Amino acid sequence: MTKATDIVGAADHGHDEHHEHHIPKGITRWLFTTNHKDIGTLYLWFAFIMFLVGGAMAMVIRAELFQPGLQIVDPNFFNQMTTVHGLIMVFGAVMPAFTGLANWLVPMMIGAPDMALPRMNNWSFWILPFAFLILLSSLFMEGGGPAFGWTFYAPLSTTYSSDSTGLFVFSVHIMGISSIMGAINVIVTIFNMRAPGMTWMKMPLFVWTWLITAFLLIAVMPVLAGAVTMVLTDKFFGTSFFDAAGGGDPVMFQHIFWFFGHPEVYIMILPAFGIISQIIPTFSRKKLFGYASMVYATASIALLSFIVWAHHMFTTGMPVFAEMFFMFATMLISVPTGVKVFNWVATMWRGSMSFEVPMLFAIAFIVLFTIGGLSGLMLAITPVDFQYHDTYFVVAHFHYVLVTGAVFSIMAAVYYWLPKWTGRMFDTGLAKWHFWCSLVSVNVLFFPMHFVGLAGMPRRIPDYSLQFADFNKWISIGGFAFGLSQLIFLVVVIKACRKQGEKVSDQVWEGADGLEWEIPSPAPYHTFETPPVVK
Amino acid sequence: MQQQYEKYYVPAQSPWPIVGAVALFLIAVGAGNFVIELTRDQTGYGKHLLIAGIVTLLVMLVGWFKNQIDESMSGMHSAQLGRSYRQGMSWFIFSEVMFFAAFFGALFYARMISVPWLGGASNNEMTNAVLWPGFEAMWPLISTPGGTTTQQMGAAGLPTINTIILLVSSVTLHFAHVGLEQNKRRQLTWMLGATILLGCSFLVLQVEEYIHAYHELGLTLQSGVYGNTFFMLTGFHGMHVTLGTIILIVMFFRVLKGHFTPHNHFAFQAGSWYWHFVDVVWVMLYLFVYVL
Repeated sequence: MTKATDIVGAADHGHDEHHEHHIPKGITRWLFTTNHKDIGTLYLWFAFIMFLVGGAMAMVIRAELFQPGLQIVDPNFFNQMTTVHGLIMVFGAVMPAFTGLANWLVPMMIGAPDMALPRMNNWSFWILPFAFLILLSSLFMEGGGPAFGWTFYAPLSTTYSSDSTGLFVFSVHIMGISSIMGAINVIVTIFNMRAPGMTWMKMPLFVWTWLITAFLLIAVMPVLAGAVTMVLTDKFFGTSFFDAAGGGDPVMFQHIFWFFGHPEVYIMILPAFGIISQIIPTFSRKKLFGYASMVYATASIALLSFIVWAHHMFTTGMPVFAEMFFMFATMLISVPTGVKVFNWVATMWRGSMSFEVPMLFAIAFIVLFTIGGLSGLMLAITPVDFQYHDTYFVVAHFHYVLVTGAVFSIMAAVYYWLPKWTGRMFDTGLAKWHFWCSLVSVNVLFFPMHFVGLAGMPRRIPDYSLQFADFNKWISIGGFAFGLSQLIFLVVVIKACRKQGEKVSDQVWEGADGLEWEIPSPAPYHTFETPPVVK
Repeated sequence: MQQQYEKYYVPAQSPWPIVGAVALFLIAVGAGNFVIELTRDQTGYGKHLLIAGIVTLLVMLVGWFKNQIDESMSGMHSAQLGRSYRQGMSWFIFSEVMFFAAFFGALFYARMISVPWLGGASNNEMTNAVLWPGFEAMWPLISTPGGTTTQQMGAAGLPTINTIILLVSSVTLHFAHVGLEQNKRRQLTWMLGATILLGCSFLVLQVEEYIHAYHELGLTLQSGVYGNTFFMLTGFHGMHVTLGTIILIVMFFRVLKGHFTPHNHFAFQAGSWYWHFVDVVWVMLYLFVYVL
C-alpha cells in the first residue's frame, strides 16, 4: 500500500451537516475566518486577481515591444512594468495560489479537521493584500515605483533607485512574514495533524511536495528579508554592504539574493510536481509509478537547490573553480527531475487514459515544462551561458517553467478540484476552449523568444534592433492572445462558483483516489472533526 | 487502533489576525515613508503612521494572547495542540537562524572575499592597482578603499563581560525551567527574575558599548563594511534580546499570578527556547565579530 485509500469509520457526516448551519455570513466571515477552506478560497481569488494585474503589465511590455522603437511608454516606466510584473507574478500570483491550494487540500488529504494554527493562517493571508497595495501604490510616487528588475540588484536598487525603494523594502518584509507564517502552518499541519494510519509513505504526493516546499520557504524567506534590509541601509543609512568603496561588493548582493532566489524557484515548482503526480494517475487509472522515488527526487531537488545559486551569476565575476562547481551541481538537478518526468510518463504507459480538462493541462505541463527544463540545462553550461546571459533565451526558459509549468499546474489543479469545492461540474466545453487557446498562444508567445535570445536580443530593454522585429510582432500577438484566453478561465470559474452545471458524485473523477474524494461534494464546511483511520 | 482521539481545538472566528494585518500595513507604510523623510529632511506622516502601526500591533498582541491564555487556562488545549505550538515555535526559531545567517554570510563574504579581492588577491591585481591604488586588505577593515578610517572594537572588556552575562542568564533560565517542572515555585520566581535582570544589564552595557564606539572609537554604522556588519549583527541581536526580555517579563507576571503547571507551560517553554537561541547567536557573534 503506497496510497491512502479506505476510510474505516469515515467522517461523521451528520455531525458535519449540523455545523453547516453555523457558516458565518457577510463580510466578517472572510475577515475573521479561521476555516482552512475559506482561507484557501481567499488565497486563490487573491492570486487570480494578481495574475490579471501582473498580466496587464505584461500586456504593456508586449505592446511596447510590438514594434522596434519607443512608442507607448517611456523607458523608466517600461522598467517599472518589468519589475512589478515579475514581483507580482512570483509573490502575488504563483506563491499565493499554491498556498491557497495547500490550505484547501492538505487538511482534506491527510484527514485533519483544519490547519494546525487557524488564526495565524488568517493573519498570513490578510497581510498579502496590504503588501501588494503598498507595492502597487508605490508606482504612483514621485520618481516612480521600483524599476530595478524583480531581482533588485545593487547598485540599481541602492545608488540609482527612486525613493519608493523604502516602501518596496517594507512591502517585501511583510510578504515574507506572510510566507513564513503560511509555511510554518503547512509544515506543522503535516507533521502533527495526520489521521491515524496516514504514515509518511502513504501521504499523497501533493502533501509531500508541499512539506518540502514549506521547509524551503522557512529556510530562505528570512534570507530575502536580510537582503532587502541591507539594500535599505545601503540606500538610506550609509552602509556599504554592496559598495566597493566601503569594502563591500555589489556581487555580494547577488550571492545573498540568489541564495534565496534559487530555492525560491523550486518553491514555485515543487507543489506543481505534486499536483501533476495527483492528476496523471487519476486519468491514467493506474497507481503512480515509482511513488518512493518521487519522494526522494523531490527531497534531492530541494537539497540541491541550496548549492546551485551562483549559476545565475556566471558572468558577474567568480573564480573559475566556483563556476565549475556551480555548473556541475546545477546539471545534477536534471537527474531527480528526469526521474519525475520518467515516472509520469511511465504512469501513463499502458494506462486506460482519458483526456478531461485537468489531464490536458497536466500533459501539456509535462511536455512544456520539460522544454523549459532542457533550456535550463543549456543555461547551466558556463561557457555558453556567457552568450545566453540576460538575453530573451533566459526569458523564454523561465517562462516555460513558470507559465507552462507552475501556472499550467495551478490551472490543472483548479479544474481537478473545482468540482469538489463547488459540488458542480464546471463548463467543460468552455474549459477546453481555455486549454487550447492557452496552449497555442503560450507557445506563439514564448517559443520564438528562444530564437531572438540566441541571436542576442537583450532582456529588460524597451527597444531592439530591427532584425528582431518580425519575431517580436508574433511574440506580442501570442502574448495578447494568451492574456485574452485567461478571461475564458475567469468565466468558467465564476460560472462554477455560481453553482451552474451538473451535480457531481463524491469521487467526481472515475479514477480519483485519496481521502478528499471520499467526503461529500461540495466538501462540507468542516471535515474530519473526528479523524478517519487510514488503512 | 483502539485509541481514543481528542478533538482538535479549532478556534472560532477571531478579529485579531485582521487587526494584526492592518498593524503590519501601517508599520510598513509608516516605516517606508519615515526612512524617506529622514534622509530627505522632510516632515511627513511617516512617523505617525509607524507609531499608529506599533500601537495597533501591541493592542493586537495583548488581545490575541489574552484569548489564548483564557483558552489555555480553561483547559481547551489538547496535548496535540501543544505539539503544534511547540513545533511552530521551533520552525519560527529556525527562520530566525536563517535571518542571522544572511548577515553572517555578508560578514564572511566581506572578510574572506570582497576585502581581499579589493586588495588584489585572486586575479584582482588590476582592480587594486587601477581602482583602489594603495589600498591594503585587512580585517577588521579599519581603513576602507574609499578612505574612511575607524578603530577596532576589542573583545576584552565589555564584550567579554556581556558574554558572561548572557551565558549565566541561560543557566539561570534553565534552573527556572527546572523549578517549574519540579513545582518549586520559589526557585522559578527567583531564577526567572535573575534572568530578566541579567538580560537588562546586557542591554544597558550594549548601549554603553555603542556610545563608546561612536564617541571614542569613531566606529559608526557608516564606517565601511566592518562597521556595517558590526552594528547590523549586534543591533539585530540586541533587538532580539529586547524582545526576549519582554517575553520573560510577561512570563514573570504570569508566574506571579500562579499560571503554568509542571506539565502545561508552553508559553514559558517558548520564551525560554527563544532566550537560549538568542544566547547561541551571541556566542557566534562574540567569536566572529569580536575575537577572530
